[in-house]
This record gives sequence, structure tokens and C-alpha cells, in this order.
Amino acid sequence: MPSQYSEKTLQSRTSRLVKIINGRIVRDHKIINDDVLYIYEGKIIDPQNHFFTYGNSPDTVINAKGLLIAPGYIDIQINGAFGVDFSVWKDDKQMKEGLDKVAKGLLKNGCTSFVPTIVSSPKEIYHKVLPLLKPRKGNKENGAEVLGAHVEGPFITHSKQGAHKESYLRTAPNGFKDFIDIYGLYDHAVKLITVAPDVEGALDSLEGLINFGITVSIGHSSATVAQAELAVEKGAKCITHLFNAMQQFHHRDPGIVGLLGTTRLARPFYGIICDGTHVHPNSIKIAYDSHPRGAILVTDAMAAMGLPPGEYSLGGIPVRKSGNEKVEVIDNGKLAGSVITIDACVKNFKKFTGCNVIEAIEAATLHPAELLNIQNVKGTLDVGADADIIFLDDDLNLVKCFIAGEEVSIS
Amino acid sequence: MRLIIRSDYDEVSEYIATYVKNRILEYNPTRERPFVLGLPTGSSPVGLYKCLVKFYRNNELSFKHVVTFNMDEYVGLPRDHPESYHSFMWHHLFKHIDIAPDNVNILDGNAENLSEECVRFERKIKSVGGIELFIGGIGPDGHIAFNEPGSSLTSRTRVKTLAYDTILANSRFFDNDINKVPRMALTVGVGTVMEAREVAIIITGAHKAIALSKCIEEGVNHMWTVSAIQHHPKALIVCDEDATLELHVKTVKYFKSIEHVINNLIGAENVGLQGNVKKYPTPEATPEVTPEVTPEVTPICEAFYNLPFKR
Repeated sequence: MPSQYSEKTLQSRTSRLVKIINGRIVRDHKIINDDVLYIYEGKIIDPQNHFFTYGNSPDTVINAKGLLIAPGYIDIQINGAFGVDFSVWKDDKQMKEGLDKVAKGLLKNGCTSFVPTIVSSPKEIYHKVLPLLKPRKGNKENGAEVLGAHVEGPFITHSKQGAHKESYLRTAPNGFKDFIDIYGLYDHAVKLITVAPDVEGALDSLEGLINFGITVSIGHSSATVAQAELAVEKGAKCITHLFNAMQQFHHRDPGIVGLLGTTRLARPFYGIICDGTHVHPNSIKIAYDSHPRGAILVTDAMAAMGLPPGEYSLGGIPVRKSGNEKVEVIDNGKLAGSVITIDACVKNFKKFTGCNVIEAIEAATLHPAELLNIQNVKGTLDVGADADIIFLDDDLNLVKCFIAGEEVSIS
Repeated sequence: MRLIIRSDYDEVSEYIATYVKNRILEYNPTRERPFVLGLPTGSSPVGLYKCLVKFYRNNELSFKHVVTFNMDEYVGLPRDHPESYHSFMWHHLFKHIDIAPDNVNILDGNAENLSEECVRFERKIKSVGGIELFIGGIGPDGHIAFNEPGSSLTSRTRVKTLAYDTILANSRFFDNDINKVPRMALTVGVGTVMEAREVAIIITGAHKAIALSKCIEEGVNHMWTVSAIQHHPKALIVCDEDATLELHVKTVKYFKSIEHVINNLIGAENVGLQGNVKKYPTPEATPEVTPEVTPEVTPICEAFYNLPFKR
């Protein structure tokens, strides 16, 4: 008589166990065929361990039909989108609604985590906006995960401010105290900062910033390569949009770009905008060839991303979006952020550099996660990671998006 | 005993997988009356499992009411170690099919009390009504599961110390470091396997040829433990040509001619899955020669069986 008793415990039946089959999983720098993913309570769990420990069969089986399965994209530099500008504060309610709109809209581009970015602003703006940009879990109701805020400026160099308002730029004669004063860092909302090493007091403040749990990126700067290397020695881990808003590469004075050629230090990551406009494709390839593991794809998108061409505002500055490619400051024609989506960045990056699918995907997943030291839960499909997953076809078009294990519509 | 000879490993795998599929389908298992299958690990069943997965993916076979018992597992090896037999079964079979985790039984090599674990395993087999079909491989020394030469032919599930040869052979899976190889394993006994209602052994490769010849052409002997199947009422061996290299020519011809007779004289459709003749056709009715693979039969043999020469 067959026994009805089970020696294995049954897991609680309130959460669904989801099994994903027939996908080509991007993991461990490889594409793995013939393996399966188990998702439970918003996390990727170990399928083998679950199988032999519990008596539950999967509640849902999703057939990926041969598509690539990758971690959701992470955007560490995005100033706004869909008409929302993170640097503009009207009231708390409008800011929250704006954040929700962007978080939900980004999922349609396969972006499951992002770092809302604020351009150089006056102190009042930081104190109002930063508390509203604290880390927030990603899920179906919230949209993409908010990882914290990226404060790009105001401790940046004059003449390298790009589309930032010059009057908001500052120096730090009192060192780290000036940073606390300007941002109101008590909230721990700031996860990433762009600072220029050649600004007074900046280099001395790096230690304080890092101890506060903030990742330091250098950019919007005229720093020499020596100053840049000093910043890296003091703990800077990234370069903000390489090539843009910094000294041009000169063979005897390579500037910040020269960090890609240092041998005495571990080379930092570098954000790079792959819309084909901010940086020439050949320059992207040169940077990639010199330091492939350092590439982090960023959109640097502004409010007009996801909207039709026209005139908009970026941090109070009037800009014009022409076509789907370019945004320029109306007054001086400088590039003013981009309107590209992160999945388009990944496609362009692969095209411009000739890298393979794995490397292109890692530049928008694993590398940004490593920069922010969250690679155990984000930017990876390893056991224990958050179940932020995307299905891609061979041309890296987005086919499906899952956040915290739940599928969301991408149309 | 039936001996089915095919040309190579892939054909052997296809044959035994089809046999398992047809046995399950014919049995028509339900929740109250599941199909209880005994399973091996190692290189012999890899092709079998690939084919079974293929059948599942083509919707030809479901494992919903199949209960499995594996033959063995290392002692002291973590369950999620890549070389554990749990990992082997997960990666080769279980992760691809719809078997219920509850229906899977593998010995726990990390149990607190190993003897109790063996008793529990035997008890579980009894509680589900015994094993309907036990599939196994064979070692070059003729052992089945970890019943190395010298094992009692009536043995039950127990702890075994591995032979030095086995440890050496396994070290290639453990970074070629002999110190990392487990020294002991839990294994079903020869008696446990023989108690199954049917036993099927997969034997492929020239290095298994001597073992095959010792096990079916010589006496039942605890030095070649697979020879115990000579006492089993329903035994099946599926092997490739290379594995027959040490058999007498007469043995090979005999078993090949059996298949030939079934296909050309009786008709495969008149023969049940387990070799029982359902209907013997009248002389007028000429059976259709099935297009399935029939081993080559020489003209002398064929004249003896008085059949028109048909391949």
C-alpha cells in the first residue's frame, strides 16, 4: 500500500514557487543552457536544495522558450524621465508621484533598479528632495527599486559643469563638513556622489564620504591624471560619464581619462553614455578595449526620456529635445543629458565595441552592482539574489520583465 | 533473461528509455498505485536520462505518478556537493521533468545513524509496494550499485567501504586528490535489487565485456555480483556490440536470433512488453516486418530458423 506520509516538510503554501525552464541563463560570465531557476518570495533560491528539502512541486512553470535570461538592468545615473525631473521640487506629493512614475516606466526598458540623480542644486533643494529618494524596495506596486540618490555636484569644477547652473557650484573649504551641510547627509539617502578632485577640499573629504557609506565617483572636473590617481588612492571607485565634462585626453596629459592606463592602482569603474551622441562609438571601443571589466552603462537620461521631441527643463535650465537622439541647452547648445533608455544602451554598447552578449549585459548589471557593493542581491542570477529578471532575444530586445519575482507588462 | 544487443551507446540508451516509457504507460500509474522505479548513477544511465527528458519534453511521458529509489549515495559528502549522487540525479533527470519531490528517494549519506537510514530506506520501499522495475549499471568488476566483489548475494541496504580501485577511479571527480574521495557509501544490497519485480541492466563499452561474460555465461558468484540476475525471473540486459566482445559467438547469435524471430515470425505487435507472446500468427498471415532495428543474422542462422532472408 503506497504510503501517504511525507518525510519532507511542506513549505508554507501562501507563497508561490515559480520555476523557469528552457532559458539560456547569463551567469558566472557564461551562458548556461539546460539549467532552471527557482523563484520564491521575490528571491532566487537554490533549486536543488529546495527539491530535496521540501515536498512542494513548483506552482508555476514559466517556459522561456530559448530566450536569454539576464538580471534586470541597473542605471546609476538618471536625472529624470517621462516628464519628471528629480532636481525640481514643487511639493512632497509631486516628488513622490514623479518617483513612482519613473520607477514604473523604467521597468518597460528592463531597468529594475536605479539611482535617481540630482544635478548641482542649492542647499534647500537637497534638503527637500533627498529624504524622498531614500532606498525603496522594487516590486510590482512600487516599480523599479530605488537604490538611493546620486548627487552629481555641486562640488564640481567651473567650466566643466556642462548643463549644470554655474551659480550652484561650490567648493569645500571646511572639508567634509561642507558636504554634510549642503546635502543633509543624516538621511543616508545618498549612495553615490560625483565630485571633482580639483575642487578645494574635495580630496580631503573623500574619506568622510566613504565612511558614510557613499560611493565616490569623479567627474565634471579638470583634474590632471595625478589628481585623479590621488582620488582613486583615497577611495574613489568610479568615473562619471567618461569623456564628458572632463579634460580631453592628451597624450602627455591624459587627465581623468588617463586613469584607464594606470598600472600602479586598481583601475576604477567608468560610467559611459552609449547613445552615440555623447561619446563617439570609436571612443567607447577604445575605452572598452583598455578596461572591459570597468564599463558601466548609464543613461544620464533627463525628463524628456520617454516623451516626444520639444522643449523641456533640466534643473531649471531650458533645453530642447530634437528627434529621439539629442537634448541641448537652448542658450549655448551644450549637451544636456540624454534621452536614451538603458536597454538601447546595452544594444549600442555591443554594437560599438564588438563585445559578446554576456559582456554587454554585465556592463549594465554586474558592474554597477559591484560598484555599489550590492552584487550579492542585484545584477546577478546567483542564489540569494533578488528575482529581478529580464528575458531578452538574441538581438538584446526586451521580451519579459520580472521584478521581485513578479512579471510586469512591458508594452 | 533477455539480452538485447544494439550497435552503440546511443542506441542502447534509446532502447532502454523507450522500454521504461512503455512500461510506465502500460502500467498507467495513479496516485494510489504509482510506478516504482529504481535508478542508477554513473556514465551508463546518462543517455537513458537524456532520452527520458526528451520524451517528457515531447509530452510522450509524465513522471507525475512515478516514485523513484536511487541505488546509492556517498557517506559524508554534502548533499549539494557537485559529485554527490543527489546532484547527479538533479542535473541529469529531476530538474528537467515533472516528478514530485515527495516521490524521490535517495539515501542520506549524512544521516546521524547510517544503519537506521538503511533500514528506513528498505521500509520505504516496502511501504510503496516494492519496486516494479530496477535499472542498474555494472562495474568493470561486475558489481551492481556498490556491491563490490565479495558482497553477499542476499545483502540488503547497508554501509559499504569502497574498494581501493573504486576510490582511485573516482578521484578524477575530486580534483585528482585521493584524500577528497569518500571512503564509504550507502548502497542497496544485491538482495534488494533482486526483490524488484523486474531488473534491467545497462552494459556498454569494451571495458565491461569481461564482466558481462562472467555474469551471464558462468556461475552465480559473489565475485561478480550482477550474476545474481541469473536467479531473477524477469531480467533484461541491454548492451552494445563492444560489451559482447568476450561472449561466446553462440551466445551472441542466440540472443540476436530471438529478436529476429520475434520481428519476422511472430511479429513485434504480437509480443508483450515483457516478452510474453500474446498471439501466435497463423501460417497464412504474414506479419509485418517492423522497421525497428533488428540485429544482423547470418545466412546459416537464418536457414536454421527457416525464414526468408529479411533485414
